[in-house]
Amino acid sequence: MWGRKPRCVIRTKMASCSFEDVLAKAERDEAEKLKGITVSKELDLEFDPGNLLAFDKNRIDTREFKDCKREDFLRSLARDNTQLLINEMWKLPTERVEEVIVAKLPDPTTLLPREKPAPKPKPPTKWEQFAKLKGIQKKKKTNLVWDEVHKEWRRRWGYKRAKDDTKEWLIEVPENADPNEDQFNKRNKAKKERVARNEYNRLKNIARAQKIKVPGMGLAPTPRQSKAELAQAVNVAKISTASVGKFQDNLPKEKTPKNTGRKRKFQPLIGDFSSEKQKQLDLLKVMDSKKPRLDVTKAVNKQMREEDMESRHKNKKDFGKKGRRGKMSGKGKGKAGGKGKGPKGKGRKPQMKQGKR
Amino acid sequence: MRPLTDEETKTMFEKLSKYIGENIKLLIDRPDGTYCFRLHNDRVYYMSEKILKLATNISRDKLVSVGTCFGKFTKTQKFRLHITALDFLAPYAKFKVWVKPGSEQSFLYGNHIMKSGLGRITENTAQYQGVVVYSMADVPLGFGVAAKTTQECRKVDPMSIVVFHQADIGEYIRSEDTLT
Repeated sequence: MWGRKPRCVIRTKMASCSFEDVLAKAERDEAEKLKGITVSKELDLEFDPGNLLAFDKNRIDTREFKDCKREDFLRSLARDNTQLLINEMWKLPTERVEEVIVAKLPDPTTLLPREKPAPKPKPPTKWEQFAKLKGIQKKKKTNLVWDEVHKEWRRRWGYKRAKDDTKEWLIEVPENADPNEDQFNKRNKAKKERVARNEYNRLKNIARAQKIKVPGMGLAPTPRQSKAELAQAVNVAKISTASVGKFQDNLPKEKTPKNTGRKRKFQPLIGDFSSEKQKQLDLLKVMDSKKPRLDVTKAVNKQMREEDMESRHKNKKDFGKKGRRGKMSGKGKGKAGGKGKGPKGKGRKPQMKQGKR
Repeated sequence: MRPLTDEETKTMFEKLSKYIGENIKLLIDRPDGTYCFRLHNDRVYYMSEKILKLATNISRDKLVSVGTCFGKFTKTQKFRLHITALDFLAPYAKFKVWVKPGSEQSFLYGNHIMKSGLGRITENTAQYQGVVVYSMADVPLGFGVAAKTTQECRKVDPMSIVVFHQADIGEYIRSEDTLT
């Protein structure tokens, strides 16, 4: 109770004197506000309302910046620029969204750099490669096709498509088909097969694009594997060791497959004749260069001829002196020489000239 | 039918060069048309490209022979030259042997040529050099391998073999069934 009284007194006092103050203050504020809305700048700002961006190209007075009033200077600068930006905002067209007035931002004009690197072009799929090779262009097709049966426009493919052969109520059995075969089931199965193959090819295209290695047919585990696929998987697993399956023992009744290994590839039967000719000529050239320059037999023959000449000369000389003996010795020499040189000539090397008589 | 692989071509050329030396070039590179070698059932055939293109219309099991058979590859990939190649090798032969009329018959029956039957022999024939055998009237009779060098031929006794028999034109009658 005692505490309250002075408060009340103070309050009334405050009430009485502050009334004019408040009014004055309000007036001053108003003035400031009005002043505040208009900002004068040397150069006009550049605005990008789409990004809520204002670009101020005015020079900064460095004196003011250095004068230890940095914070104030910066704050006032920011305040002025923000004011100008908001003035710009008010010029935009407005619309009302859930009792709130909202300005509609135009498209941003400043180009921002990429955040992430540009995406690499995808490698073409198998079909795209083929189409490029053959020069097949994509043909624009209409979305809807007139279905005569249902007498309405239906989509070209997909749910409730125009010509769905799985939905026919009557299928004629072809002449060469088994009469007990279920044709409807056959069509459904074919459809499922096509869908599965399409999916498989799509996944293969993706794997090829991202260079992911995929195991071959039958090696990736699937719920139903045939005996052949399992056998193939077993064989591949067997040779997947460091020594390529050389030391892997067989199971009791297992037989090693004999026909493993690559099939030989030959040149096409009617290839490029000129290139074939060229290859053969090159082969001949190589063969010629590999022949030894010293022909062993020629050297041997030459050697033999020289010896013959020598022996003949000697014969002539001796004939005069020794007569028959000379002849005999010549003969003996010739015969023995011929016989001796025969076997020697076969495997004789040119250096072994000491063997001569 | 298929073209020869590199190893097969090499083996064949080595064999041919024993008889005709570097004149193989003249077989490969001919001015009067493109001729090629093709392999069919282990036999090597030499034919012009026109014949080859026609032969592609015949199935493998029905095709017996195309062009000229030069020889065949044995099971161990060795090349054996046949008498049917004589027409192409005779004009380009480097080393020739002429056989006397008396022992012509003997050679045509498949026997080797002895010194007594030897008429002429080209100079500087190396030992084991491939030779083409002619009669004295310059009719090619077949192939052989020189058993002795020219020098040695002069010195040896008349009963020793100077040319080993490889193929002769009598084979056209003797091995009519196996020649293609």
